[in-house]
Amino acid sequence: MANEPNTQTANEWPLWEVFIRAKHGLSHRHAGSVHAPDGEIALRHARDTYTRRMEGVSIWVIRSSDVVASDPGSAGPTFEPAESKVYRHPTFYVVPDYIKHI
Amino acid sequence: MYTTEMSKNPARPAAPSEAPELVAAFEARVANDEFIEPKDWMPEAYRKTLVRQISQHAHSEVVGMLPEGNWISRAPSLRRKAVLLAKVQDEGGHGLYLYSAAETLGTSRDQMIEALHTGKAKYSTIFNYPTLTWADIGAIGWLVDGAAIMNQVPLQRTSYGPYARAMVRVCKEESFHQRQGFEITMKLAAGTPEQKAMAQDALNRWWWPSIMMFGPPDDNSPNTAQSVRWRIKRETNDELRQKFVDVTVPQAEAIGLTVPDPDLKWNEERGHYDYGAIDWDEFWAVVKGEGPVAKERVKARIDAWEKGAWVREAALAHAAKQASRRQKEAANG
Ligand SMILES: [Fe+2]
Ligand SMILES: [Fe+2]
Repeated sequence: MANEPNTQTANEWPLWEVFIRAKHGLSHRHAGSVHAPDGEIALRHARDTYTRRMEGVSIWVIRSSDVVASDPGSAGPTFEPAESKVYRHPTFYVVPDYIKHI
Repeated sequence: MYTTEMSKNPARPAAPSEAPELVAAFEARVANDEFIEPKDWMPEAYRKTLVRQISQHAHSEVVGMLPEGNWISRAPSLRRKAVLLAKVQDEGGHGLYLYSAAETLGTSRDQMIEALHTGKAKYSTIFNYPTLTWADIGAIGWLVDGAAIMNQVPLQRTSYGPYARAMVRVCKEESFHQRQGFEITMKLAAGTPEQKAMAQDALNRWWWPSIMMFGPPDDNSPNTAQSVRWRIKRETNDELRQKFVDVTVPQAEAIGLTVPDPDLKWNEERGHYDYGAIDWDEFWAVVKGEGPVAKERVKARIDAWEKGAWVREAALAHAAKQASRRQKEAANG
């Protein structure tokens, strides 16, 4: 959960975001976060915290402060341009019923 | 409950400085069953109420490890021991999911832990009762986790995204907790007369604290309406308590145990059990830290934190050293 306000105190372990591949063939998905002094311990904590029931076959961790996120305040300008471009979807094109396999 | 409002004068109304159109847009989104995410605009009162509720919930999970941890080394079999270890480890995990969710609201792990240690933050009153016999481990899983499930299931649809996601994860793990507790109780109830008496004694001691977990009656919880509107609370204390009583009483009867309430009886007209008066003075006393083992619980947390300090510091120092070594190598490289 990429965190905004940085309230971390001086000797608090930094926050890491945890991504887990549930099984081979699927992509890694955000599972949550852990505190850890470095990547190696972050991986261990992620394993203990998020895969106690075989929830994963692979884990990625990344420092939360390294995540660059889009701004929800500008969600409009960011995503609306796609809204008017219906011609990017196959259903936009009318093809008579007697044309098959298209 | 883990999420019961325990401060007498909590959330104030919307701060006057908040732009009314922002507040209105926020209320509309929540009313529309949308989820609020960390960087979205939210009223200060919503943020504060959530920080208090989620951190209190996290503290309850963490302090909740203590009464059960007390029995790990004395579990009656290897099977029971492995199960209890897994259950207690889950509770630690629940605390971690919830602390992370609270951190997205602009508080830090250290701040929350300090609030617990200084007594500023509360945790569920239920964990201020002692676990005297092995049967108590059964009663906790069956009743306390059972009550927690009642409370947590609706919170999977709570309005704050990170909190809702944490609850989905928690709920998935919770039902094993209740079933292992019921299994312990059921086995004891079917055992020797002494074992059955032990199970009954645990039920006698845990019943009232368990139904108190849902918090004071609705007419005594001034913030219920706002919390329900915000989908921070999805059902009232009394509704949840009634649900719990209705499902639990037949379970006790089925294994030959008696719920320790002489006024308990099925009300045909209401389609619910009527139950006796709850001693709310006891509840508020326990909230204030007067529970039988309240001091011991907080002390155990503080001791663990302080004794672990050198490990946390050493790990940070090691990480800093490694990082600077890598930097030097890169510079020379
Ligand atoms: Fe839990
Ligand atoms: Fe549990």
